[in-house]
Amino acid sequence: MILTDDKLKYLEDKAKNIRRSIISMLVEARSGHTAGALGMADIFTALYFGLLNHDPKKPDWPERDRVILSNGHICPVLYATLAEAGYIEKKELATLRQYGSRLQGHPHREFLPLAETSSGPLGEGLAQAVGMALADRIDNVATRLAGGQASQRFFYCLMSDGELDEGSTWEAMMLAGKEKPHNLIAIIDRNNIQIDGHTEDVMPLEPLADKWRAFGWQVTEIDGHSFPEIFDAVGMAKSVFNRPSVIIAHTTPGKGVPEFENKFEWHGKPPTKEEGDKAIKEI
Amino acid sequence: MSNLNLKIYELNVEQKAIRDGFGEGVIEAGEKNKNVVALCTDLKESTRVDGFAKKWPERFFELGVAEQNMASVAAGMAAMGKIPFIASYAIFSPGRNWEMIRTTICYNNTNVKVVGAHAGLNVGPDGGSHQMLEDIALMQVLPKMTIIVPCDALEAKKATLAIAELVGPAYLRLAREKSPVVTTDESPFKIGQAEVLIESDQAEAVIIACGLMVYRALISARKLEQEGIKVSVINNHTIKPLDEKTILVAAQKAGAIVTAEEHQQAGGLGSAIAEFLAKTNPVPIEFVGVADRFGQSGEPAELLEHYGLGVDDIIEAVKKVTKRKNGN
Repeated sequence: MILTDDKLKYLEDKAKNIRRSIISMLVEARSGHTAGALGMADIFTALYFGLLNHDPKKPDWPERDRVILSNGHICPVLYATLAEAGYIEKKELATLRQYGSRLQGHPHREFLPLAETSSGPLGEGLAQAVGMALADRIDNVATRLAGGQASQRFFYCLMSDGELDEGSTWEAMMLAGKEKPHNLIAIIDRNNIQIDGHTEDVMPLEPLADKWRAFGWQVTEIDGHSFPEIFDAVGMAKSVFNRPSVIIAHTTPGKGVPEFENKFEWHGKPPTKEEGDKAIKEI
Repeated sequence: MSNLNLKIYELNVEQKAIRDGFGEGVIEAGEKNKNVVALCTDLKESTRVDGFAKKWPERFFELGVAEQNMASVAAGMAAMGKIPFIASYAIFSPGRNWEMIRTTICYNNTNVKVVGAHAGLNVGPDGGSHQMLEDIALMQVLPKMTIIVPCDALEAKKATLAIAELVGPAYLRLAREKSPVVTTDESPFKIGQAEVLIESDQAEAVIIACGLMVYRALISARKLEQEGIKVSVINNHTIKPLDEKTILVAAQKAGAIVTAEEHQQAGGLGSAIAEFLAKTNPVPIEFVGVADRFGQSGEPAELLEHYGLGVDDIIEAVKKVTKRKNGN
């Protein structure tokens, strides 16, 4: 896809809509995670409105690309994006975190099969994405042997930087380095914050790119709010055929609302009605 | 009684490790369904998935010593239509990776089969660190999980084939040591259906056992009979979902129960039965199992004796529960 000015404007508008939806649903829910959801809005926009091979009219389409959200607490951005893309009605967003809602506080597949996996407990998404890519490889080998057309599915695992503290993430990184699924693309929300503070104070992750490289991954670092950089990085990841790729996306937590940006206290709380109204005007 | 191998009372009864039955079963399951895959964490030979790995290298995954990863990777494979069997020692899986099993397998309701080998005291010389006695408890509290503890190699093979066809999470518990084959090729096996191996209308009590303890329950019954005490014996291979009907009928008929398992008394087969009967038909129950202790090094038989899981312990439990039933 070529990012013309028109296309960029289209993506920027979509991202703004998604951010407004995130604020509205968090205000309504009166609990939830604000900073990470806003920070990943551009990447979700790029995926669902440009990069993914998917069809909102056929959510069960077997050939769809898979988006595995590992850090489930930023699910308002997933739900808002699914609504923007037409998978669910926008009015349903107001039910976030309520009794009986499909939009659970952290995604639960039993309630919302549109989510490729349930998540919330950190450090488990990448392993599931690796498993999906390996299952895909088994099927593709069998299909090719039978003279058929292999699938072209990609598996996108969206992760937080904080969850890289989990040892299980590194187990999955090691397995992917061994098995080399080329259609696995991890995208890390490198926003430098986690609940107890700055990631480098809580548990240093740097030199992060070197660590992934050492585990056998193709690494790209980008500005996670630049659509051209997101598209270039995913394009490059898709062209690599001998190893998995990781995109370390530097993002601003709370992006789009100046009062929320770069403040870790916005990790786990929602805006009040007044704060929300002001934020929606600023976006 | 074609469902009971009558040679069990002879000294030359066939001995075979329960894990061997799994090894044969998983190959047959793989033949029946190409979506069956196997994963292992550096324990290929001792968990008996080596045969599967050799036959279908493209459907086998060696993950190194990383059980947490194995559970979640398998969940991802299941989301793509595979039927993963994940094999390790029970202490590590479901021991170490319990939360991954909860979240990525049960909460997601994925079609993953957790195979916990080397469960129980019969691991022997390796010692208490490796003698998993808490796994049934860990699995029993998980919604959607089916739990099967086969009593011998034949039943392990049937159980493996059955869980491959079951859609949903399952836990299969295996023992390391060779043990007497108590069932026959013809013995029925159905998930959730306990098998009555010895039935007596004059039973003073019913012994409900699982795993290696089924053999000991049968030997106890024979010895008790020689003393003039009749008991029934049930092989309760499926801990969850519990065969409530069979257990209720047995409790009503005999009026007293002894449970026998190679597990902590807390949270195991006995607990499941006690919980059920407390709600429906309370009768005196004695629990043969490990009494809130860890194991230690030793030969399997001597460890079972030491921790109160011997034939004499079952006999004593039957006499005690009968006295309680009769109010003296």
